[in-house]
Amino acid sequence: MVGKPDTNKTHQPDPTTTLKTSPFSLKTLKLKTKQQELLIRITILLLVYILAFITRLFSVLRYESMIHEFDPYFNYRTTLYLTENGFYEFWNWFDSESWYPLGRIIGGTLYPGLMVTAAVIYWGLKFLRFAVHIREVCVLTAPFFASNTTIVAYFFGKEVWDSGAGLVAAILIAICPGYISRSVAGSYDNEGVAIFALLLTFYLFVKAVNTGSLAWSLASAFGYFYMVSAWGGYVFIINLIPLYVLVLLITGRYSMRLYVAYNCMYIVGMLLAMQIRFVGFQHVQSGEHMAAMGVFFLIQVFYFLVWVKHMLNDTTKFQAFLRISVTSAVAVGAIALGLGTASGYISPWTGRFYSLLDPTYAKDHIPIIASVSEHQPTAWSSFMFDFHILLFLFPAGLYFCFKRLSDATIFIVMYGLTSMYFAGVMVRLILVATPAVCLISAIAVSATIKNLTQVIRGKTGQTVSAKGTSSTKGLSKQQASLDQSIPFLKNGATVLLFGAFYLLSRYAIHCTWVTSEAYSSPSIVLAARGAHGQRVIFDDYREAYFWLRQNTPQDAKVMSWWDYGYQITAMGNRTVIVDNNTWNNTHIATVGRAMSSYEDEAYDIMRSLDVDYVLVVFGGVTGYSSDDINKFLWMVRIGGGVFPVIKEPDYLVNGEYRVDKGAAPKMLNCLMYKLCYYRFGELTTEYGKPPGYDRARGVEIGNKDVKLEYLEEAFTTSNWIVRIYKVKPPGNRW
Amino acid sequence: MAKSPIFILFSLIITFTVTNSFSIENPTDRRILVLLDDLALKSSHSIFFNSLESRGFDLDFKLSDDPKIALQRYGQYLYDALILFTPNSERFGGNLDVAGILEFVDSGKDLIVAADSSASDLIRNVAAECGVDFDEDPSAMVIDHGSYAVSGTEGDHTLIAADDFVQADVLLGNTKIEAPVLFKGIGHSVNPANSLVLKVLSASPSAYSANPKSKLSSPPSLSGSSISLVSVVQARNNARVVFSGSLDLFSNKFFKSPVQKAGSSNKYEKSGNQQFVTELSKWVFHERGHLKAVNVRHHRVGETEEPAIYRINDDLEYLVEIYEWSGSSWEPYVANDVQVQFYMMSPYVLKTMSSDKKGLYLASFKVPDVYGVFQFKVEYQRLGYTSLSLAKQIPVRPFRHNEYERFIPTAFPYYGASFSTMAGFLIFSFVYLYSK
Repeated sequence: MVGKPDTNKTHQPDPTTTLKTSPFSLKTLKLKTKQQELLIRITILLLVYILAFITRLFSVLRYESMIHEFDPYFNYRTTLYLTENGFYEFWNWFDSESWYPLGRIIGGTLYPGLMVTAAVIYWGLKFLRFAVHIREVCVLTAPFFASNTTIVAYFFGKEVWDSGAGLVAAILIAICPGYISRSVAGSYDNEGVAIFALLLTFYLFVKAVNTGSLAWSLASAFGYFYMVSAWGGYVFIINLIPLYVLVLLITGRYSMRLYVAYNCMYIVGMLLAMQIRFVGFQHVQSGEHMAAMGVFFLIQVFYFLVWVKHMLNDTTKFQAFLRISVTSAVAVGAIALGLGTASGYISPWTGRFYSLLDPTYAKDHIPIIASVSEHQPTAWSSFMFDFHILLFLFPAGLYFCFKRLSDATIFIVMYGLTSMYFAGVMVRLILVATPAVCLISAIAVSATIKNLTQVIRGKTGQTVSAKGTSSTKGLSKQQASLDQSIPFLKNGATVLLFGAFYLLSRYAIHCTWVTSEAYSSPSIVLAARGAHGQRVIFDDYREAYFWLRQNTPQDAKVMSWWDYGYQITAMGNRTVIVDNNTWNNTHIATVGRAMSSYEDEAYDIMRSLDVDYVLVVFGGVTGYSSDDINKFLWMVRIGGGVFPVIKEPDYLVNGEYRVDKGAAPKMLNCLMYKLCYYRFGELTTEYGKPPGYDRARGVEIGNKDVKLEYLEEAFTTSNWIVRIYKVKPPGNRW
Repeated sequence: MAKSPIFILFSLIITFTVTNSFSIENPTDRRILVLLDDLALKSSHSIFFNSLESRGFDLDFKLSDDPKIALQRYGQYLYDALILFTPNSERFGGNLDVAGILEFVDSGKDLIVAADSSASDLIRNVAAECGVDFDEDPSAMVIDHGSYAVSGTEGDHTLIAADDFVQADVLLGNTKIEAPVLFKGIGHSVNPANSLVLKVLSASPSAYSANPKSKLSSPPSLSGSSISLVSVVQARNNARVVFSGSLDLFSNKFFKSPVQKAGSSNKYEKSGNQQFVTELSKWVFHERGHLKAVNVRHHRVGETEEPAIYRINDDLEYLVEIYEWSGSSWEPYVANDVQVQFYMMSPYVLKTMSSDKKGLYLASFKVPDVYGVFQFKVEYQRLGYTSLSLAKQIPVRPFRHNEYERFIPTAFPYYGASFSTMAGFLIFSFVYLYSK
């Protein structure tokens, strides 16, 4: 390999070089180069570790130590339950407060890794006599694990390339916005822990493949177990690793190391994964996990073939044997898969999986998946936003990887390419791609800088062989022909080095800016700029949930669109009909139907679900755009998907969605419209506009005289963002 | 010290008033406000009023334009029931209006409304709010050329002898009303959209509603047995309301007059009015047909504690005690048609409860193999009786991880397989390590 001498150089510096290059100060410090390097490396890592943690604390500084968004509230609630009632109660928890009246078996329908992690940290701190609240632990779990990820990234980079690349990877990933978006303080979600677990599993597996050691492979299986316990994204691992093994088999890189690593990892990992209730037998029965099993059998066949080849010593006979055995193995595998699928033993792929392979699938078939904004295909701008210069360094890094192909670089290349594809399909999967992009970019940065510094130091002999970036290509040609061009080369290299540092510093600035401006908003507390540039805080959500907690009966049932379910149960402590765990499409469709029906029809639905209160989110006063009116078409679509009486065209005018005078009559009289715009017609929201001017959509509403017959307004928050209505009991005399 | 006897007396009065008023424990009305158009009605309808007073009611007579009419003071109702014998008053004195009357009913109080050949808009509005629609034509009366009451002179057949009673003992008592009821007044129809209103006395198929003085130019808006003469409403909060199209129905004159239905040879010495009105007033003032359900409880079979949550396939018992108010005491209610539902969006279990004839009803059943938030529901609605609607929420959880059967025979091959593998591996290790 081209780069091999380089690697050896770093790990075992030539004693002669040490003597020559060791500067004067070294002797006074009495440290050898190796020790000095170690010291610097550890210092850098420590700083990166701290940086990764503190850069994620913007949200705490800007707002307060609070849980963000939607899903984290569920995680927080379950963690609280876990710490209060112990593990077995948590494991067997049947939650009657959500999905009324169906209920939800929490223990069997979640990935417990995050909650257990936070609880263990909490218990550990308590054991050490640190009196902390579980909420603080939950808020800081994600930053803590982001810090740990930097360490894993370092080791991974070191394993794939060299320690320099490892350091750069650690720095890049510490501040990469793609990762920060899911791991700021307060973003207490599965992903915060899962990316750590994902990278750890990959690192340990690559290590196992490189060393052929059972111990590393076993460690990788445990890493996989942690990943399975933490996030549904483990499916990515269990498909990427077999794919990687398959590629190695095809490219003739089969080795005993690979055999040991994969078999041990797969078998132990599978047995461990089956201990998670939510996964259970899916691991051997569902279509998503079949690739791993197929490759497992394939690698056995390979082993057998190698053994036969070893015993046979006859090429022609072996060729014949190879043909027969491979054909029959593939045939048997195909028949087994076909039979399994036909008999229903192997379940088909889930909708989410399909929508990954075919981005248009969800849009046509599963509106509930397509309705989530983070499941939308990624826009180019968000790639730029989340990766910044990494987007350009990524291809360069791929180039370096191909220049120095090894088992490890093949893995990182495959990880990078597949995850980039998935990141393009779904916005949220940028998160999965981030570690790969950081690692590959780190290789590019590290290799380039190393080449440049070597040029500057004048070690031309080695530079030529290792040089590769297109920027230095021209120079290297010149240099090969002329020895006199060395000063020019040195100057060029210096300029390029400064250029690289400039880019990297821009990256750091961009990342910090993005973190502080874009990714630290808790989304449950909204901030806006006032007319005089001051910060205005809209704390309406918590106001409303607190009102629910204080003013409604203990067993009141609240109907809202599913987005707010977790928050209502966690903060309002009231039963909800549907929540963010969208496991029952029909139930959600029923709510969607109620919201899009006329009031009297909706009343019957609400009565049948024992609904006491209806909660809607309305941004017309504040100009908050992600409110229920803007989500309403999804309610219609999801409702209409199950109940054909709800038809989307009824709510549109010439295919256009509007709420002003020109809106469809059904739109103007459906429950959601009435609840959002009740009494809104009397309100002047903006100077110089007529009353009933909706600031979120910038129109004057079409139905200003909203009369409610079966519901009555119970509470509206100070900025009208959350409005709560009480369902009236049936008439006494009628 | 002089103050204390007064104080005791005062508190005694309060206690007396409190115990005498309408309550859950003592649902019979005590204080009744009677509003009259004309104080002469007090004497012309004295039999009815006397029968009420003899049954222990305090009647407070007021003219409809009395400025001191007030149903409530300081948020407390002064009366348990209201009798409106004011067919002609367009408005009441004081501040009593339609909304006030309806609010009175909605707070669980009872009401008797009698119209006459003329019904004021006020009465019509109260009636319409309760699902009873009096004939639009203000001069219309119920005319029946088929079953009019035979009298000396051939009249216009507006005096009707009606005998189409609702078949419900709880409304009209156990003794059958033999004689027809005399009726003279306006007819009404019950709104089909309202499921709570009920015709107690219907007109015969030959009746129609029209102005008897003018010629019938167009088909009458109300005709046949769809005309209701007397209707009752039992609201969801068990307030009871009676609407009568005739004020004379309650009069001494009708009470005492002999009756003979046209086309029938039976001649009765006395009309059925007195019996009809008395029995109906017993019902409307909660002397009959008032049920209460108490001691609703449930537990697993063999336990007495009420659990906060059930497990699927648990055997449980659900108990409820139902009593009926007899006018003076609570008597066990005996029936064989009380059913309990174990309900989650639809009834998973529907079971008739067995009774011990002392008011205790019991059902024992197995929780279905479905988890979720269930409700014990008793929806007992019988004609004339207080509707019992009990719902008690109870979650049902699936098995815990350690509640499944631990060793099942079908799995013995698997146990065998794992143990033999372990043993085999041990032997293999020994053989491999220690044999040449």
